[in-house]
Amino acid sequence: MSQTNYISKVVSDAHAALDGLEDNMTVMFGGFGLCGIPENSIAAIRDKGTTGITCISNNAGVDDFGLGLLLQTRQIKKMIASYVGENDEFERQMLSGELKVDLVPQGTLAERCRAAGAGIPAFFTPAGYGTEVAEGKEVRVFNGKPHILEHAFDAPFAFVKAWKGDKAGNLIFKGTARNFNPMMAMAGKITVAEVEELVEVGELDPNDIHVPGIFVQRIFQGTDYEKRIEQRTVRAKS
Amino acid sequence: MGLSKDQIAQRIAQELRDGWYVNLGIGIPTLVANHIPEGINIEFQSENGILGMGPFPVEGEEDADLINAGKQTITAMPGASFFSSATSFAMIRGQHVQLTVLGAMEVSDGGDIANWKIPGKMVKGMGGAMDLVASAENIIVAMQHTNRRGESKLLSACSLPLTGVACVKKVVTDLAVLEIDPDRGFVLLERAPGVSVEEIQEKTAGRLVVEGDVPEMML
Repeated sequence: MSQTNYISKVVSDAHAALDGLEDNMTVMFGGFGLCGIPENSIAAIRDKGTTGITCISNNAGVDDFGLGLLLQTRQIKKMIASYVGENDEFERQMLSGELKVDLVPQGTLAERCRAAGAGIPAFFTPAGYGTEVAEGKEVRVFNGKPHILEHAFDAPFAFVKAWKGDKAGNLIFKGTARNFNPMMAMAGKITVAEVEELVEVGELDPNDIHVPGIFVQRIFQGTDYEKRIEQRTVRAKS
Repeated sequence: MGLSKDQIAQRIAQELRDGWYVNLGIGIPTLVANHIPEGINIEFQSENGILGMGPFPVEGEEDADLINAGKQTITAMPGASFFSSATSFAMIRGQHVQLTVLGAMEVSDGGDIANWKIPGKMVKGMGGAMDLVASAENIIVAMQHTNRRGESKLLSACSLPLTGVACVKKVVTDLAVLEIDPDRGFVLLERAPGVSVEEIQEKTAGRLVVEGDVPEMML
């Protein structure tokens, strides 16, 4: 038997990557706005028809792209996010009570993901003290300043997107497309990484790896990336 | 006549100090970047994961993988760095960012701020605002002195759901520069050119402290 000296995480495509994804699961999706979102996985979940999903994601996409696709098909039961303002269908479902929404301060959202992956069950943060976010939460004073207790998330699945990845699941991100992806990769019991460029092991410099392959259970070469820009803003040529 | 939005930004820019890392919120705060004083070196942080944020790209050079927290396309300055959201908020919570400038719907004379939710209206979320105001050592609010109905936005207590408590240090409006002393209230530091102390008194609902001659802003 041949030995590769690495643990291969490669699956054939987005559909194969969804093995074990069932209705009513809590699922993390990397990305900020439409930047760095797992486009292929979202499309595959839509096609698979998984319902009752509790999404943990900073945003909820736009009407016809990103997680908006899963809102259109009513596959999302609950949204845990920090900002959800760009989506009419989201607003309609939220106001009608079809969709539950739990708004979490962005830094707390990031840290609850990080904590989940790092084996920290809960932590204290000053964010949200004295606001409705703090309601029902334990308060403790450290160095004279009140903090509230926040708990790590628990997510059976996480879907992340990277620029480059190798067969061992090591990931490299580009620009601000990194955002929530690294912590969500750490947090998912099964983390699926889709990449723009899947390479052989040895091709990525170990010094450049942003997420070590230990945090990634499945990786596949993504296809047909749209990488839509939400707010195209330019300046005049000087 | 009070200040234009751009002049509010210009006045806030005078608060920048050499070597500071600065986080600018959406709206008037964004305009501060256009008025960095000569000889001052600062880097802008955007909480989605960049330090050393540059201006908008020229047409044709937009990159879907390079945006700010307002989801606008941006550029990266020489010396910029990218990082995760967890690292970004470590910078913010850990007080490595020296100044946060953000907009507000209401500010109280004890330094409370409300800027994320209007009951009965669509709630979009707080984004990173609660983390920023809870942790930043130095928070300047940029806003109009009154709302569209002419009512004061500088109150004794916020009526809207809070974003953070006792955190705002300074407020720059179209009419005035005010420092918040939690024991005394809004201390009037400067008036906008041509704006009287009486007008500021009339449009400030919270406690206002006026000491001696209040100078006009230098713009």
